[in-house]
Amino acid sequence: MTSELDIFVGNTTLIDEDVYRLWLDGYSVGDAVALRVRSGILEQTGATAAVLQSDTMDHYRTFHMLERLLHAPPKLLHQLIYQIPPSRQALLIERYYAFDEAFVREVLGKKLSKGTKKDLDDISTKTGITLKSCRRQFDNFKRVFKVVEEMRGSLVDNVQQHFLLSDRLARDYAAIVFFANNRFETGKKKLQYLSFGDFAFCAELMIQNWTLGAVDSQVDDMDMDLDKEFLQDLKELKVLVADKDLLDLHKSLVCTALRGKLGVFSEMEANFKNLSRGLVNVATKLTHNKDVRDLFVDLVEKFVEPCRSDHWPLSDVRLFLNQYSASVHSLDGFRHQALWDRYMGTLRGCLLRLYHD
Amino acid sequence: MPGKLKVKIVAGRHLPVMDRASDLTDAFVEVKFGNTTFKTDVYPKSLNPQWNSEWFKFEVDDEDLQDEPLQITVLDHDTYSANDAIGKVYIDIDPLLYSEAATVISGWFPIYDTIHGIRGEINVVVKVDLFNDLNRFRQSSCGVKFFCTTSIPKCYRAVIIHGFVEELVVNEDPEYQWIDRIRTPRASNEARQRLISLMSGELQRKIGLKVLEMRGNAVVGYLQCFDLEGESGLVVRAIGTACTLDKLSSPAAFLPACNSPSKEMKESPLVHPPSHGCRSTHNSPIHTATGSRLTQNFSVSVPTLIYTGMGSGSAGKEGGPFKALLRQQTQSALEQREFPFFTLTAFPPGFLVHVGGVVSARSVKLLDRIHNPDEPETRDAWWAEIRQEIKSHAKALGCHAVVGYSESTSICEEVCILSASGTAAVLNPRFLQDGTVEGCLEQRLEENLPAGCGFCHIPYDELNMPFPAHLTYCYNCRKQKVPDVLFTTIDLPTDATVIGKGCLIQARLCRLKKKAQAEANATAISNLLPFMEYEVHTQLMNKLKLKGMNALFGLRIQITVGENMLMGLASATGVYLAALPTPGGIQIAGKTPNDGSYEQHISHMQKKINDTIAKNKELYEINPPEISEEIIGSPIPEPRQRSRLLRSQSESSDEVTELDLSHGKKDAFVLEIDDTDAMEDVHSLLTDVPPPSGFYSCNTEIMPGINNWTSEIQMFTSVRVIRLSSLNLTNHALNKNFNDLCENLLKSLYFKLRSMIPCCLCHVNFTVSLPEDELIQVTVTAVAITFDKNQALQTTKAHVEKSLQRASTDNEELLQFPLELCSDSLPSHPFPPAKEHLESASSNSGIPAAQRDRCSSWIELIKLKAQTIRRGSIKTTVTVEKTSPMGEGNFRNRSAAPCANSTVGVVKMTPLSFIPGAKITKYLGIINMFFIRETTSLREEGGVSGFLHAFIAEVFAMVRAHVAALGGNAVVSYIMKQCVFMENPNKNQAQCLINVSGDAVVFARESELEVVSTQQPAANCQPACTGGEVTT
Repeated sequence: MTSELDIFVGNTTLIDEDVYRLWLDGYSVGDAVALRVRSGILEQTGATAAVLQSDTMDHYRTFHMLERLLHAPPKLLHQLIYQIPPSRQALLIERYYAFDEAFVREVLGKKLSKGTKKDLDDISTKTGITLKSCRRQFDNFKRVFKVVEEMRGSLVDNVQQHFLLSDRLARDYAAIVFFANNRFETGKKKLQYLSFGDFAFCAELMIQNWTLGAVDSQVDDMDMDLDKEFLQDLKELKVLVADKDLLDLHKSLVCTALRGKLGVFSEMEANFKNLSRGLVNVATKLTHNKDVRDLFVDLVEKFVEPCRSDHWPLSDVRLFLNQYSASVHSLDGFRHQALWDRYMGTLRGCLLRLYHD
Repeated sequence: MPGKLKVKIVAGRHLPVMDRASDLTDAFVEVKFGNTTFKTDVYPKSLNPQWNSEWFKFEVDDEDLQDEPLQITVLDHDTYSANDAIGKVYIDIDPLLYSEAATVISGWFPIYDTIHGIRGEINVVVKVDLFNDLNRFRQSSCGVKFFCTTSIPKCYRAVIIHGFVEELVVNEDPEYQWIDRIRTPRASNEARQRLISLMSGELQRKIGLKVLEMRGNAVVGYLQCFDLEGESGLVVRAIGTACTLDKLSSPAAFLPACNSPSKEMKESPLVHPPSHGCRSTHNSPIHTATGSRLTQNFSVSVPTLIYTGMGSGSAGKEGGPFKALLRQQTQSALEQREFPFFTLTAFPPGFLVHVGGVVSARSVKLLDRIHNPDEPETRDAWWAEIRQEIKSHAKALGCHAVVGYSESTSICEEVCILSASGTAAVLNPRFLQDGTVEGCLEQRLEENLPAGCGFCHIPYDELNMPFPAHLTYCYNCRKQKVPDVLFTTIDLPTDATVIGKGCLIQARLCRLKKKAQAEANATAISNLLPFMEYEVHTQLMNKLKLKGMNALFGLRIQITVGENMLMGLASATGVYLAALPTPGGIQIAGKTPNDGSYEQHISHMQKKINDTIAKNKELYEINPPEISEEIIGSPIPEPRQRSRLLRSQSESSDEVTELDLSHGKKDAFVLEIDDTDAMEDVHSLLTDVPPPSGFYSCNTEIMPGINNWTSEIQMFTSVRVIRLSSLNLTNHALNKNFNDLCENLLKSLYFKLRSMIPCCLCHVNFTVSLPEDELIQVTVTAVAITFDKNQALQTTKAHVEKSLQRASTDNEELLQFPLELCSDSLPSHPFPPAKEHLESASSNSGIPAAQRDRCSSWIELIKLKAQTIRRGSIKTTVTVEKTSPMGEGNFRNRSAAPCANSTVGVVKMTPLSFIPGAKITKYLGIINMFFIRETTSLREEGGVSGFLHAFIAEVFAMVRAHVAALGGNAVVSYIMKQCVFMENPNKNQAQCLINVSGDAVVFARESELEVVSTQQPAANCQPACTGGEVTT
């Protein structure tokens, strides 16, 4: 006796959250059944393995049929075939677009192309996430990217509107799209200590302040690309380190203000010029795409690592950066105050977030 | 020209890409009715076209309005080649033809294609202007309302119930050899869909005409079926019950009638202690197949069984003449009718007087081509023959009517089994005539038939019984006689007194049959049928006893014929009727009493059976009160003591017979174990596992003993097909396979729906088919409904209070109780029938067990209870022996949360006639839909499971869309009448045909009703809105 056909169709589509998770995690039906057995469900319910197998198959089939709709979530809301309560629809979508931290760290900033897709095998091996799940996550990134790529308006809003994600998840996707578009390097060894959250935080600040959208909300691609004019203008900041008087003045202003307040004052004093040069040079190089990509590498190399090697506590870093940005306003010979604030305001936020072990 | 049909095509959405080059579609729409076709403009390059067409107007006869469906075809315009069809929508405009139902059909309809399934949606508005028809000789029957519901619809009152209407139409089947001719399948399948749609329209019109002739205005319990006879054609037939219905308009009258069953149940007195004795019989086949008519019209009438339980005729002195009078009246009312049949399964109070038992008839026919479709005489004659037989069976039971009547067929190649079954009954003439009954009769009637047991009393003459039966005095009223077991096809009457809960009982059976042709085949089948019926009956009886119950409701026996086997599947809901005697146990008797080990084995089995019965009694809370046999006024003194020692077969059978004859009660059902087969049968009896804790199941509308439904419902369809290994199939192996299939299916359902616990599967409907030699297909449709354990307490409290009232007013009852408590239950009784019957009936009342035991008298107990209740302390006591799920005491507070469907557009579907926690405020018309789906890329669509899963989901979606377009929010009495699945995996092809029906309704939550009632008229005026928003 073999089962040829075995289906269950409810007027309200049954969604089992646990099975959905297993499906999203890319387990085969067999593996999913084994995992469910291990969870002790048979003992709890008195069911047999055959029942579990049939149930799992059924859910997998349902998810498979729903997947097409999940690719365009508004369709899931408007379709007539599966009657699913709104709260469940939201759950389906949210979970489908959720991603693994380990995975996103691997592809963050990479081009979402076929080439990268081929590397998914390696990523799967490295992270222990099933290839199937890697593919889904990668395809999600790519799909969202394609849809919002050339759209007007706020990136987060666009993601939210077209994929009906929660605010949090939409923000994460905005960061992923932003990183993919600007191809920021995140995979270098020295960046490994950073989490996706760190990068997403920086992305949000950069989107808010450094993109076209920050000055004009009526342009295409406004949140995707960095404001080219702004990057060009950043060259003007060079004077802060090129002009020796200005640099000395800046240093003395900072040192005066921080004397006695900083635990690592002497180290700061000794390193001021290096640090300032590092931060300003990062700004001036941003006209080159290559240097834009290396932004995080540079920040870590030029600022985070020197401070860390001198064991600056975070509070000192904060005091220093605040004073460092603010003191520029007292430099009479410097005319690009607004530009400086637009640059340093964001950079300060990023650096503070990046500064940890 | 009595009608004008107006159609407007508004827009489309989610259309498929038809032009690969542009990834877009140039869509336009053809609107066809009868022979007239209109077209919209082409809306170029869009997947969401906005046609916003003018009103297309069709001027048509109302006859056509009834017959024809509105056909809407969406096409892709192609300049160079033929236009490609995207898909179609068929809209049955019948609901627009009667005044009270829908006024407009408006909404998004899925565009359906037989190959691709649903491809986007189209927004359509349909209206009908009807002119008054003055032609007396008209052929139309506009205005006759149709209901699938097998009871009087909730917002109507039955003025007269006229009776049986039937009709059938036949036609050539445009495509019956699906798999072989799959070359141009789409065209032929669409032709089929169209044809069937047309035929059912015609059928409905003809039935309507008959109703008008009878001066009725509605058909209730309308059941339409298709017989796909293959080469010999396509038969569409329907039966129903003609009624004159009155709409309940005044809110006062409306409220009680529309009470959801939960309310009604609350009022039914559950705390009725008495138990009753019954016994069932089945008379062995009387008329055997003669096999003489082996001609083209080959036909074998198959001996039929009458399942019954019986009651007395001449018992009470005053009862006799009254009964005769009643009989006379009913008889005269019914004799005018050719067939006094009723497809109803639930009745207005007082309608059903007595129930005789199940009557059924089967007949094996050889199909031949229908030569003249306009004169389908052969098919008519076949059914007439069967109905005649049913009628005579009913007569034999002293009944003049058959209720819960249904008909079915099973076809395999050219052999067809026609089956009909129903419940023989005596009805109250009040509803059958135009109010000619004198009031005094009615009064007497009510006096004489105490609520809750009257229908159990036997309708036939005790001295002239049609078959041997064991009668006892009714355990409720003590005046009339009742049988020991009662089988019926109807729902449990709402006023019936039931102890404990009910459960689904199934008998499953397979019989191998040699492959044969034509007459030989038919003869072989008809020879097998009586044996199958007998075995099915035996199985049912055994399982019923094993559950400790004494009556079956909703019995449905399906016999399916295949190439090389016959399958029998009987489903029913077992209950313990308080009016019938306590069923005896099951006794096993061996053939060889001398063999020690064998004897030991037997006694082991016996013990297992006894344990099972005891367990079931606990599980279903069957704790009938112990009634002393020496009750004053009981005319039959019955010594209760009866040894239950294991006896060898010879003596046991004698003794039992003797006992049965003398007392007709407490008879043990003796199972003889004379060969291994019998042994296996006993084993298989014990393999049926009860549903997991928190689950109940039944195949009737409502579950006896549960009356506090919450609003969560989940209707589902589950299909399984198994392939039998063809090696050496034996009857036994086959039985086991089939049994496992059904059991596993049930287990899967329980598992899948576990999140709804505590819940009950209601209206569980199994259908078996044998699509190919080694394939068995089982289709189950049912609804899971959650209920609230906590509320049960309160209703129980109400019951107790009620019973207190009763006790104080009703002398007779007062007399009975003390006696019963004083007489100690007998220690030798194997299944201590719970001393605390009160406790059982009001299962969770707050009296500690210890206290209860100390209660020396009934009166004290009552006082104590009354106090407890007054103090309001509703504590649960869980006695040790009570391990039933209801007694576990861990009440998960499932507060009747306002269900999550507050968003627009949710359409509920249920096979029941009501929606728990809600009131049906309007019936919008019947939904009767037929779809065919085919594929030539089976593997790509996920194999057979993927294909069928998607198709069923699509069918649900289309039903919901139509209901929403009518302005409704639910389908009640939903049924999937056919699900014919065929596959050809080698060719990567499959095909499926589904027929569903139900009643589209508008319901309002009881909690919202006060608010809604003021807005109701407004809401109903705008069904268009509801329809339009269905998808949001």
